[in-house]
Amino acid sequence: MSVQAPVLEALTILIAEDSAADLLLLSTIVRRQGHQVLTATNGAEAVEVFTRERPHLVLMDALMPVMDGFEAARRIKQLAGEALVPLIFLTSLRESEALAQCLDAGGDDFLAKPYNPVILAAKINAMDRLRRLQATVLQQRDLIAKHHEYLLHEQRVAKAVFDKVAHSGCINAAPNIRYLQSPYALFNGDLLLAAYTPSGDMHVLLGDFTGHGLPAAVGAMPLAEVFYGMTAKGYGLAQTLREMNAKLKRILPADMFCCATLLCLSTQRRAVEVWNGGMPEGYVHEVATGKRTPLMSRHLPLGVLSAEQFDDRTEVWPVALGDRVFLLSDGVLDTADANEQLFGAERLLQVFAANREPDRLFEDIEQALAAFRGQVRDDISMVEITLQAGQSLRATGPLYADSGQSCPLDWSVSFEFRADTLKRYDPLPYLLQLLLEIHGLREQSGALYSVMAELYSNALEHGVLGLDSRLKRDAEGFAQYYRLRNERLTHLDTGFVRVHVQVVPTDTGGTLSLRVEDSGQGFDVERVLARPPDIDRLSGRGLSLVRQLSSAVGWSDGGRSVCVEFCWKALA
Amino acid sequence: MSVEKKVSMDGKTLTIAIKGRFDFSSHQDFRNVYEGVYPKPEMVVVDLKETTYMDSSALGMLLLLRDHAGGDKAYIRVVNSSSDVRKILAISNFDKLFDIE
Repeated sequence: MSVQAPVLEALTILIAEDSAADLLLLSTIVRRQGHQVLTATNGAEAVEVFTRERPHLVLMDALMPVMDGFEAARRIKQLAGEALVPLIFLTSLRESEALAQCLDAGGDDFLAKPYNPVILAAKINAMDRLRRLQATVLQQRDLIAKHHEYLLHEQRVAKAVFDKVAHSGCINAAPNIRYLQSPYALFNGDLLLAAYTPSGDMHVLLGDFTGHGLPAAVGAMPLAEVFYGMTAKGYGLAQTLREMNAKLKRILPADMFCCATLLCLSTQRRAVEVWNGGMPEGYVHEVATGKRTPLMSRHLPLGVLSAEQFDDRTEVWPVALGDRVFLLSDGVLDTADANEQLFGAERLLQVFAANREPDRLFEDIEQALAAFRGQVRDDISMVEITLQAGQSLRATGPLYADSGQSCPLDWSVSFEFRADTLKRYDPLPYLLQLLLEIHGLREQSGALYSVMAELYSNALEHGVLGLDSRLKRDAEGFAQYYRLRNERLTHLDTGFVRVHVQVVPTDTGGTLSLRVEDSGQGFDVERVLARPPDIDRLSGRGLSLVRQLSSAVGWSDGGRSVCVEFCWKALA
Repeated sequence: MSVEKKVSMDGKTLTIAIKGRFDFSSHQDFRNVYEGVYPKPEMVVVDLKETTYMDSSALGMLLLLRDHAGGDKAYIRVVNSSSDVRKILAISNFDKLFDIE
């Protein structure tokens, strides 16, 4: 070991000492150790030199004229701010009280006279290590603060974008949706989307991505895009789900997925169709009886299975006007109390049972959570949709800015969809897009889609699959109807649905004739048409709707063929 | 939280035991445990006997493990799960991918 500790780096050292002899001696020692020396002969001068030169380290005599070392130390420490400028007192004082005073005034160490060059060098080196450590800590702190600021900024921007994506549907505009989402629920991966189909049904998705923070929110974009795009084009739940699953599977890493409930609420059909993959069970609340039917998770979440293995089977439940569908995220059930006990489904059901005013259900749940835990989690999502009458039919698709001069006006086309196609393909969105090439029809696209959807499902379900609409009289029959539908469709190997479209120009505009034929047994048109509209709507063929929305309806071939007409006036 | 591994005498079965909370904080440890095993075991057993809690990122980690072990060809048993943990696995329908006991 060398006698003198090696100098790491030349420092600028201020020496404040009123005795000229001591000052000379110290300066010489310090310079020999390789440092640069600044001098002062009293405290005031020391403060002045420090302000001007910002030395790395200060050696300070305690007792000096004009301003003593203690006061000078205090001022220098204040000037130095957050940076560590080590200050070593030079003192002939011996009493512990006086030595303690040196440290109290901001000194970092002291050196007793007479000076020992070896000790002095070692102390300077030790203090320099501390100085560097402090500088590194400050630098890293500032770096972290900068990164943090940057991250917060990114999150704010991302949140603003996602809020627009998540709320561009009808979630805020629809009078029959109430929802509650913690402000940062999206950043915990919760996603709530709602939009109307062309026929006025409502699609709602409540999703929950794995994990937290920005990574959990990135999947929201493509999911929302598929949801809005396909809903507006008239695709059903099955196709929309397949597309969402395939897209997420393709883009997300293996450990990320999205638990989701997707539902279609149809006022026209008085039914709610549900697919639940990995979400806590939601409920259909029958207002008349108070009964709550759970909407169980039957599937793996979206983005886990390959397209071939994905299961798009849905469940259908009957709903009456005023009935409510309630969905929630796991943030509600997983709210934990001080002992890590979870709130759980049981307690939620108790809140349901105690709820007197249906419109205050969310508040009741929040209160129960707060009472359970003392503080509500920041990733809670709840949504409640009420079935209301008279959802208006809306024009769909982008509104084209072209003049209409080039739109086709005199043509016809026929399709035959056979068993294998009927099993797995829904031709309605395609047919709708085709018919929207006719500008005069765009205004009526909602009605057109609704009628097409009714006629197609009649042809498929009652015609090809031979299902009896009277089954749907009660809830049990309702479930059985849709079970049978799935079963028969899966095993279908013969049969067809034909769609003929004919468009002809007239003096004032044009006429569309839409004929739908099926391979089924037909039905007694007279008898079915004689039924009161209410029964028809619940368990019949939606024929009153068809008659109401189209210009003319006629059956032929024993009910196996139906033809409707839509007329339009030429655009001015 | 700790993740422990045990390879059977014949080298065919890898057992991974998770103690305490099974959440994102165990991500790296969990991966290290199965990524370092050669030759790849024929069967993986995930022992949740001493797992007190499990969140959705833990489900993600199970999917990563399944991916690593061969995806659809992998055979993974999840054993000794508590009723709370079992509930989480059931809601996500993970029994369609894992053999849950």
